[in-house]
Amino acid sequence: MTMAFEFEKPIYELEDKIGELEKYAAKNKLDLTKEISFLEKKVNDKKDEVYSNLTPWQRVEIARYAKRPTTLEYIEEIFEDFIEFFGDRVHSDDAAIVGGIASYHGTPVTVIGHQRGRDTKGNIHRNFGMAHPDGYRKALRLMKQADKFNRPVICFIDTKGAYPGKAAEERGQSESIARNLVEMAGLKVPVISIVIGEGGSGGALALGVCNRLLMLENATYSVISPEGAASILFKDASLKEIAAESLKITAADLKSFGIADEVIMEPKGGAHNDREAVISSLDEAVKRHLDELQSMDGQTLMDDRYDKYMNIGVFTEQS
Amino acid sequence: MLKDLFSKLNKKVNETNRNDGTFENSESIMTKCPNCKKILYSKELYKRLNVCTNCEHHLPITAPDRMEALMDEGTVKPILENITSANPLNFPNYEAKLNKDREKTGLNEAVICAEGTIDDTPAVVAIMDSRFRMGSMGSAVGEKLARTFEYATERRLPVIVFTASGGARMQEGIISLMQMAKVSVAIERHNQAGLLYIAYMTNPTTGGVSASFASVGDINLAERGALIGFAGRRVIEETIKEKLPDDFQTAEFLLKHGQLDEVVNRRDMKNYLGRILKLHSGV
Ligand SMILES: [Zn+2]
Repeated sequence: MTMAFEFEKPIYELEDKIGELEKYAAKNKLDLTKEISFLEKKVNDKKDEVYSNLTPWQRVEIARYAKRPTTLEYIEEIFEDFIEFFGDRVHSDDAAIVGGIASYHGTPVTVIGHQRGRDTKGNIHRNFGMAHPDGYRKALRLMKQADKFNRPVICFIDTKGAYPGKAAEERGQSESIARNLVEMAGLKVPVISIVIGEGGSGGALALGVCNRLLMLENATYSVISPEGAASILFKDASLKEIAAESLKITAADLKSFGIADEVIMEPKGGAHNDREAVISSLDEAVKRHLDELQSMDGQTLMDDRYDKYMNIGVFTEQS
Repeated sequence: MLKDLFSKLNKKVNETNRNDGTFENSESIMTKCPNCKKILYSKELYKRLNVCTNCEHHLPITAPDRMEALMDEGTVKPILENITSANPLNFPNYEAKLNKDREKTGLNEAVICAEGTIDDTPAVVAIMDSRFRMGSMGSAVGEKLARTFEYATERRLPVIVFTASGGARMQEGIISLMQMAKVSVAIERHNQAGLLYIAYMTNPTTGGVSASFASVGDINLAERGALIGFAGRRVIEETIKEKLPDDFQTAEFLLKHGQLDEVVNRRDMKNYLGRILKLHSGV
């Protein structure tokens, strides 16, 4: 394992020490088992200490990590017979959002998600998972198709936000996001959205008006990036750690507000450390929620979504 | 005065100079048009709904003034006035800022809502006021708007929302983002009941408000010269590394790109909306 984040340094320093001791022991034919196992215990303690006290900003770093599993990885592992469909029928195919149909434990479903690149070339192709209106319109087209064929919709959210570009504005970035919000409200099929990485503002919400919102433990969901908030609210972009803290963007925060319905635990240090484990936890949670939702009829599902969102908000009401 | 219907908090509002060059009442006799620089009689300007006599430039208008200009005299019944912002994230200085804007505007939130008639056709109207926290949407604004649609759905009435907003209210974090979804579910229920929703974008309508209820009317209108867009100009210029045209993100730009049904002069607002409402009055 290579060090992914600065805050993991104390862990890797200890591991390096173990490596050196092992080498030294082998070279000098010494028995240092006791010393080594002592250090190994220290490594584990250190991991517990670091990983169970992650700051919101550290979670942002994990959520954005290039090696973190992306939408297509989850789709490939959790669904069978995925058939990807392309295009918005208006202007283009936006590779920042992928979608199609698949079989989920035997049930036909529509699956849609933001897709980041896995490297520089991929990120250029995928526009870093930042969609144009074309992407949101493709997503909507697939959702309406799901509605027609009575297929549940499963959305993976993983985006810094909608792309701030000239063409995006000309083609109606605002309208494309807004349209998804109201149309998703009216879907007669179950909708489950899962934030697997970064949930960035309106561009995330455009795949997120759902019956159940699930979040991976280190995923974040925010109205604005911590960097953006720091420069707008605190007039200093270097205060991103404080902004991340103040904005309350972690999965646990969203669960406490009643916005996220469940937090899916990740392997120690993040999803990238044990892909199989996170894939299986996510699968289990999605399956459980889908089973619950599938007993509801179309009107009940719409009402359920209505109630979910009408209940979000903290304000004062004088009688 | 109608203004008083929406200002339980502050009586001093009528004496307050607006910092945009116009005045609430005619304490200052003259006002300079920021566009053509012509010096205008404030009284004359106020009578023309703050539209310049010389160049038709639209100067800002307060939400209560717009409500008064739009609705038939004596028909305005304010609703949902008892909903105000809290501080859900305990965000530093947020309450102080709210209080300052309450003091400044005499409003208790960034949107006012009322039922009444426009040229004798009943409607429910919500008007945002960008003087209050830049018209940003937090829980209180989201709740008032969502309940405006509920109120109209129950009574089978059309809704007109005048947007004026910098977007989501950052101090309420993710809860403010979720207000976009909240208003949307209420709009969809109103929509499924077969009722009319007119979105009327005024200066400025950006960010999360632009990307939710402002853009999904059955009819999308905008006021002349209004700034309307999702991302900020500077953010876009930094991203694409090029200079944007001057008319980028204006109402006229959006009309040209097929994003609007029409751009309306504020002085025609009442007549224009009245005609649309009449043609839907059988609904
Ligand atoms: Zn002028």
